[in-house]
Formats: sequence, structure tokens, C-alpha cells
Amino acid sequence: MKYLCLVYLSPEEWTSAPDEACMACGNEMRASGHFITGTPLHPTHTATTVRVRNGRVTVTDGPFAETKEQLAGFYLIEARDLNEAIQLASKIPPAKFGSIEVRPTRELQVSTQQAAAAAAP
Amino acid sequence: MVASEIDRIYRQDSRRIFATLIRLLGDFERAEEALHEAFRAAVEKWPTEGLPQNPVAWLVSAGRFKSIDKQRREQRFEHLEDRPDVSEALADQAPAPDDVEELEDDRLRLVFTCCHPALAPDAQVALTLREVCGLATEEIAAAYLTPAPTIAQRIVRAKAKIRDANIPYQVPSRDELPERLESVLRVVYLVFNEGYSASSGDSATRADLSGEAIRLARLIVELIPEPEAQGLLALMLLHESRRETRATPDGELILLDEQDRSRWNRALIAEGATLTRAAFESQRLGPYSIQAAIAAVHAEAPSAADTDWREIVGLYDLLLRLTPSPVIALNRAVAITMRDGPEAGLTVLDALLAEGELDNYQLAHAARADFCRRLGRDSEAREAYRRAIELTSQAPARRFLEKRLAALSKS
Repeated sequence: MKYLCLVYLSPEEWTSAPDEACMACGNEMRASGHFITGTPLHPTHTATTVRVRNGRVTVTDGPFAETKEQLAGFYLIEARDLNEAIQLASKIPPAKFGSIEVRPTRELQVSTQQAAAAAAP
Repeated sequence: MVASEIDRIYRQDSRRIFATLIRLLGDFERAEEALHEAFRAAVEKWPTEGLPQNPVAWLVSAGRFKSIDKQRREQRFEHLEDRPDVSEALADQAPAPDDVEELEDDRLRLVFTCCHPALAPDAQVALTLREVCGLATEEIAAAYLTPAPTIAQRIVRAKAKIRDANIPYQVPSRDELPERLESVLRVVYLVFNEGYSASSGDSATRADLSGEAIRLARLIVELIPEPEAQGLLALMLLHESRRETRATPDGELILLDEQDRSRWNRALIAEGATLTRAAFESQRLGPYSIQAAIAAVHAEAPSAADTDWREIVGLYDLLLRLTPSPVIALNRAVAITMRDGPEAGLTVLDALLAEGELDNYQLAHAARADFCRRLGRDSEAREAYRRAIELTSQAPARRFLEKRLAALSKS
């Protein structure tokens, strides 16, 4: 099962976990076969929220939610179950300063035809 | 005769069978359905074929067979639907267990799943009572004075999270165990306290909750003999030993120093004290074991005056160091009053009250009132009683404080 680990940090802690440590964490997860992809993010002042209401696209400045902690990056990981996902997430360096939100991913519920068409080269 | 035997097995073993069926079928709903199918099959077959050699194993196999059979039939009808069957993949292919130990392991798996810290705390409690203890949603609702649909929704949401986030059906590994066990013990103690406190609800239902909590703790201690599990079981047994003496027949509160100690349940006290000693011998002390030790000192004292208050103050010091909390500090102040007199206790209590955290805690003001009353500082006592009454919502506790205040006003 795939889990998305969302890294949340407050602006004061933004640079507390050095990039080298995060890179090493990703490499370790890759070596053990748990890492799928991941990336750090720019702070929320660079964020734009997109919504579509009644067919109209509205774009607003800023992140979706105003909280003290901001989304700082993510790791997409492969884990057997939530317990393994929690264990892996607890090793992500910013877990010490902010919080890691662990979300199970899900498959899009589409017909076999559409899935086959999407998979075709 | 067979019917009453089936009845007995249902009462005694249905939750264990259910726990094993969850592992075998990989799904709560299917397991619940399979459990009912299994007992229906027993009612049909046992009267003519006789009791099987191992009824529990028979019921597990029957439930599993019926469920898999039903899934196959459903799939035949729904072959046009192209979603793969998830539960087939989750289901454990191992044969149905036929020894008791394996069944108990399944119950423990269920406990750890229901008390998983990824679930909301109130959902952990509701799910444990529903799935592990087998209480009906309405019974849980009555005990917690919460509408049944609210409880039902909590349970549905928790099950959806278990399924969607793939919370595993397993006893945690050794390195996760201490933290996860803490979560389980917290749920057990919450259930017990809900049953023990006289705050609200029908008293019969509530005694049942305490009984369920004690049964759960016994199961945990048997399978995971960790000191804190022993400590919690001891603490609950020691509280339980005093249940009958805490109130008059018409519901008036009786404080510890005025309880009829001859009516305390000696068997429960002996068991609680033995467990407390075992927990202390482990040298890995936790807050439940220390609270159990405090309860044991009270339980073994012939009267309030003849209680080893030095020992109790020492245990509170230890507890306070391990889990600093203003409420524990308040209890320590009461113990100091018993050891050194109300003047010493009041000094400690006033320093605590000055910190502000206990300002809205009725027991802090009730204690201050009591200390002042003993010191003959009546007007201060009256003021503290009034503040305590203001903060108390439980009727018996209010009546108790009002009586004390009235006695003071007369003199």
C-alpha cells in the first residue's frame, strides 16, 4: 500500500532539519524499497490555491488552510500497513520539529477500459 | 440441553470466535455475519448430530466456510463488476485454530487494533466495547449518556479508517509494544472509570463497564505480563473492592475515612496487593503500579487514622516525579495533612492554588475547605465550600458539600 507522508513545519523551524539529513533519509528508504518519490516544498507564501466552482476556476493566493505549521514537503512511500508507514514516517528528520501527516493513497475508481487506455503507450 | 449449551458457548466464547473470524476473513462486517451464521448452523445441526468435540473450533470453521461460500456466490452474480475483491487478499489462509492459546492471541490482536492510536480516543473506547466486549451500541450509548447514532457513527468511522488506512490486525512488535500497550491500558482505565465514577447514568450498566474493564485487563496480563498491565489490573481490583461502601443505599457519598472497612472485598484486595507486589519487583515502575500501591496501602489499613501516611506521601512523591500533574500534587497535599496535620497540608495546597491550574477544580476547594474547618478557620472554610459547590455538577457530591457547609454555619 502507498502512503503519502506530508511534512509540516512552523516557519521558525523551516530549516531545522538540514537537507542532507532529509536526502539521507530518502536514500535509506529507497535502499530498503520503501521510497517512491518525495520532494521538499517552498514555504507557503509561494502557494496558490485552485478551486473550481460552477465551472469557473478561481485562483487565490496562499495555502488552503491557515495554520501555524505549513506543508514543507512530502515522501510517497510503500509500506505493508499503517504501522510500518508510521515507523517510516517517524524517521523523517522534520518529525522532530513539526509533524508528519500520513495519508493512505487510493486508486481512482475507473472502468477497466479507461484504466487500460491510460496504461497504453 | 444442547440449546442451553449453545447459549453458554455464545455467552462465553462468541467474542473470541469473532476475533479469530476477523483474522481469517480480514473484515469486521464479514466476521460479524459469519459469527451469526455459525451459531445458526450450530442450532440446526447440534441437536441431531450431537455436540462436536471442540465446539469453538467447529464454530470458527463453520463461520469461515459460510462466509467464503457466500462471497463466491456473490462474485458469480457480480462478475461484471470489475473491482477486485480486497478481502480475499487480506484473508489469512491459515487453517482455523483449534487451541485456546491461538484464540486468545486473536482477541489480543483485536484489542490492539481497536485501541490503535491512529483512531480518535473516543472511537477507541466505543470500538473496544462494541467489538472486544460485545456490548450493543445502545448499551454503550446508555453508559456514556451519548445518543446511540453518535456512538454508531464513531464505530463506523473507526472501522472505515481501519480498512482504508490498512491498520493491521496484529499484536505490535517488541519495540512498539510499550507505547501501544499504553494506549490499550488507557482505554481499559477509561472504561473502568466510566463504570466506577458515580457521575451519571444507570448504575447497573456502569458496574458492567467496570467488570468488562477488569476482564480485559486480566486477558492482557495473562498474555503480556508487563508490570504496568499488572499495575492497572491491581489498581482496578483495589478500587472495585470498595464499590459497595462508597455510597449509602440512597446514593449519598461516603468518603474513604468513613467507609465500613469490614465490607471491603478482601479477595479482591489480596489479588490486587499480590499483583502490585509483582509489578514493583520488576523494577520498571509506571504510574499505574504506583497508584495501585497507594490504593493497596489504604486497602490494608485497619482505619483512616491507622494508615501508613508516610508511605503514601512517599508514593505520591514518586508518582509526581514520573507524571507531574496538579491533581496528583493535590492528593499529595491531602496525604501530608493526614501525616503532619492540616496546617502543613494547607501550606502545600495554597502554594498549589497560587499556581492557578487548580482554580476551577472543585476537589481543590473542597480540600481547602476541609483543612480550614479542621483548623477552626470557619469563615475561610465556608468560602471554600461555596466555591467547591459552585464547581460541582454531580448531585451526591454537591449534597455532601452542602451538608458540611450547613454543619459549619450552625456551630
